[in-house]
Amino acid sequence: MGTDMLLKDEVQMLRRVPLFSNVEPGKLKLLAFTSDRVSYDPGEAIFHQGDTGDAAYVVLAGKADILVDSSTGPIKIAEVETNSIVGEIAILCDVSRTATVQTTTALEALRIRKDHFLKLLTDFPEITIEIMRVLADRLSHTTSELTEARSRARKAD
Amino acid sequence: MEKRLARYIWTHTRGQQLWILLVVAVSMIPYFLSFDLPKQIVNGPIQGQGFDQPGATQTFMNISFDLPWLGTVSLFDGVELTRMQTLFGLSMVFLVLVIINGLFKFYINTYKGRLGERLLRRIRFELVDRILRFPPSQFKRMKGAEVSSMVKDEVEPLGGFTGDAFVQPALLGGQALTALFFIFMQNVWLGLIAAVMVGVQAVIIPRMRRRLLVLGRERQITARELAGRVSEIVDGIGTIHAYDTSNYERADIASRLGRIFKIRYDLYQWKFLVKFINNFLAQLTPFLFYCIGGYLALQGRLDIGQLIAVISAYKDLPGPLKDLIDWDQTRQDVQVKYVQVVEQFSVDRTIDPAIQAVAIKDAGAMKHPLAAVNLSLADDSGAKLLERVSVQIHPGETVAIVGGAAGGGDMLAEAFARLTWPESGKITAGGDDLLELPESVTGRGISYVSADAYFFYGSLRDNLLYGLKHAPLRDVSYEGSRATHRKWEINEARLAGNPDYDVNSDWIDYQAANATNRDDLFTPVLSVLDTVQLSKDILDLALRSTISPDDHPGLAEGLVEMRHALRDELEEAGLSSLVVSFEPGAYNTEATVGENLLFGTATGPALIGKAIGKNAYFRSVVGRTGLDRILFDMGYSIAENAVELFADLPPDHPFFQQLTFMTADDIPDYQLLLQKLKGKGFEAASEDDRGQIIRLSFRYIEPRHRFGLLTDELMAKIVDVRRQFHDGLPDNMRGDIERYDPEHYLASASLMDNILFGRISHKHSDGSKRIRSIVSSLLNSLGLLERVIDIGLDFNLGAGGKRLTTVQRQKLNLARALVRRSDYYIFNRPLPGLDHRLQDEIVRDVLKLVRRDGRDPAVVWVLSNTALSSLFDRVLVFDRGLLVEEGTHAALVENNGIFKELVSS
Repeated sequence: MGTDMLLKDEVQMLRRVPLFSNVEPGKLKLLAFTSDRVSYDPGEAIFHQGDTGDAAYVVLAGKADILVDSSTGPIKIAEVETNSIVGEIAILCDVSRTATVQTTTALEALRIRKDHFLKLLTDFPEITIEIMRVLADRLSHTTSELTEARSRARKAD
Repeated sequence: MEKRLARYIWTHTRGQQLWILLVVAVSMIPYFLSFDLPKQIVNGPIQGQGFDQPGATQTFMNISFDLPWLGTVSLFDGVELTRMQTLFGLSMVFLVLVIINGLFKFYINTYKGRLGERLLRRIRFELVDRILRFPPSQFKRMKGAEVSSMVKDEVEPLGGFTGDAFVQPALLGGQALTALFFIFMQNVWLGLIAAVMVGVQAVIIPRMRRRLLVLGRERQITARELAGRVSEIVDGIGTIHAYDTSNYERADIASRLGRIFKIRYDLYQWKFLVKFINNFLAQLTPFLFYCIGGYLALQGRLDIGQLIAVISAYKDLPGPLKDLIDWDQTRQDVQVKYVQVVEQFSVDRTIDPAIQAVAIKDAGAMKHPLAAVNLSLADDSGAKLLERVSVQIHPGETVAIVGGAAGGGDMLAEAFARLTWPESGKITAGGDDLLELPESVTGRGISYVSADAYFFYGSLRDNLLYGLKHAPLRDVSYEGSRATHRKWEINEARLAGNPDYDVNSDWIDYQAANATNRDDLFTPVLSVLDTVQLSKDILDLALRSTISPDDHPGLAEGLVEMRHALRDELEEAGLSSLVVSFEPGAYNTEATVGENLLFGTATGPALIGKAIGKNAYFRSVVGRTGLDRILFDMGYSIAENAVELFADLPPDHPFFQQLTFMTADDIPDYQLLLQKLKGKGFEAASEDDRGQIIRLSFRYIEPRHRFGLLTDELMAKIVDVRRQFHDGLPDNMRGDIERYDPEHYLASASLMDNILFGRISHKHSDGSKRIRSIVSSLLNSLGLLERVIDIGLDFNLGAGGKRLTTVQRQKLNLARALVRRSDYYIFNRPLPGLDHRLQDEIVRDVLKLVRRDGRDPAVVWVLSNTALSSLFDRVLVFDRGLLVEEGTHAALVENNGIFKELVSS
């Protein structure tokens, strides 16, 4: 087990995740301990669109694609970078997964279960604010993409 | 049912009652003979009457009768015996009479007992038979526990009474009359006094007992209601907990018990009052004899000898009289009980027994359309649920019924299943009213499923095949003593008016399940389980269960061989890291330190749970190798980490789920312990403290807890201690542990653990899911799936199927109907607990499945998801009890009606 990762190393990695940069190390250690450490092979799906959401994932190393099903097959809409969080929408809004996340490289992640994640948000307002920031960021990104797509569609007409 | 108990008993036991009366009459002869004998023995040989001369003899056993018209008839002249011989002769006769009397008593009592038990059996069966024939609406008003307490407890005293119902009054009445007659013979006036007093008793006592009867009835009803309430508490325990009403229930039960106590105490008091008066009246008669008779005797108007004779004759009267009055009390008591029960079971419109007659032969397919003709249905209050609906379901047609919640389509489905009876109009199959067709036709031709599933206590298999058990199709052949026993069973069943169907026969109708016998039943059953998506659940149940290898010969070996196949399979799929196997010479990082150390399952008391810490052998091995110090340090670090991580969290915090080696309550204890042991180390720690600390290390799994406590060196050491532990294991402890052995089946581990023979790696997020699907396909390709599923089918569902989840119950309920080959399938929103995607898949698969092997049954499906109606030939739309639209899906979509609203909503 060459890639053995211990709790203290994970804490170091979590500190590099913007979401948790303001959280004190003791709490990060607790977060790491109560999460599951999971690893994926390249091309493996972390979750599928339509599944019920039971966990969020913090990517510690590796990359993945965010894919959405369409009539012509899956469309890639974004990429997941190291040190980012993915899968939080389904557990925040109680909806099924809105997209499929598929790894493009070998990937290491912390899997935070739904109830733990929600507890985390109530216990640490700084994480909640960070999550809001991430979501707002995504929304503005989506909005600009939508605008772009609309204008393209109008041109095509 | 017969309202009067005496008549009921007489109708069913007339012959036996007369026979036992005759036997009782005959038994009186030796009984009275034995009265006279002691006097003869004392007067004759002992006191020497008639043996005045030495050597004198007397005739012994001269049997002759003085008969009118015929003179003396002599059967046996007797023999001449001396005084001594006579003594022994007469004593012998006395002994013989004692034996004869005893035998008579024995015979009469057993005969009466048997008579009573048979009648009890008959009446209990009749009651249950009636329950089976009650109209469906009846069950809305009865509580199961009350009915079962009637069948079980309330009729019980009837059995005891039956044997005495006629014999006792005849016997006691006869005795009382004889005694009275003797008194009359001595003196008519005193006889009249006695007769009047008897008359007074006979009038007053029963009157006083009326109150007893009223109380008795109340006692019966309150006790029955108590049974009903207790079962309500059991059934509704979830609701009680949810609404914190347990104390309301306590109050209710306490007040009921109070009422029952009051009734019973009243009964008790009244009973002894009656007894007192009865005794008083009985003693009043001799008082009158002494007083009046004595007065008359002193006046010289009555002969003293006569008076003494009357008084001595009177002592035979109160005994039988008291018994007779007691008998009458019992009679009234059981009569009340009987009437109470019979009233509850007298229900109008019970199903005619002919409709439920057992039919061994299949009645053949129902070829006619099922039709509702002007059908109206109403609920208990009279509200109309369905109004004048006429609709036909043709054989082979698939019909979807849609509509709002109170549309009425579900009621139509219930009516097709005969669960709701028409208020007006009717349901016909061909020309026949559905309610008049035998259940052997409708109950096989029509399969009905609703969400309201009931399962019987027993295995999953029993419940799955329940719908195939219509008749004892293949008799079991019995041999030797079992054949004799079976004959006895049949005979007794008939004598008690019970049917003699053998419950041990093979009742399963294999043809109806698309099979020919038990052996090829599995394939159709599995396809049904697959269709309702239950096979995976059953496989999981099986994989989680432990079996004794001896009960399943060959399976254990097969599973051990499968370990290698699984290994190869995983390697091929590049997933070999998914499972870390147990190897005798290596440390398994995915297992706990304790598992690695023991390398086996503790099966005996010496090593299970906390006992291992106190086991002398285990401690000697661990102490000798110095491992205890190492584990102590390890446990100390774990405790430090746990306290650091969790000390600030409230005890109910969800994060504690992750803490596998401690509970929230342990944290403060360990906090104290750490302070106490700080910087002191192993040597300074007390025995108990060491145990507390070392215990933590046993549950540690490095990849899961990630404290970084396990070095290669330590792992090698643990494997070495493991070897030493097993090598030196004393003989008397061999039964306490089952060692992990790659070549042998572990009886104490689950099937899954036996197949894996290792632990699933924590690194893969959906490792166990993946492994399950690989194991399942591997079992299939190795031909073991059938046997493993078979073990899953042995799973006991518990009371009402409560050991399954709601979704599993609904799936099983559907499967139970699909196993049967029927001409009509009526599905009444069978799967409300499932999400839409699953419902969609199952509806499609079911429609495919019922058409297997070229069969063409009709399907009526009350859909909760209107979108699925496009899968059906025809759609019926119900709204507020009316059939509002009807046609193909396409036509209804065209038509801008209610259907379109339903689809778009």
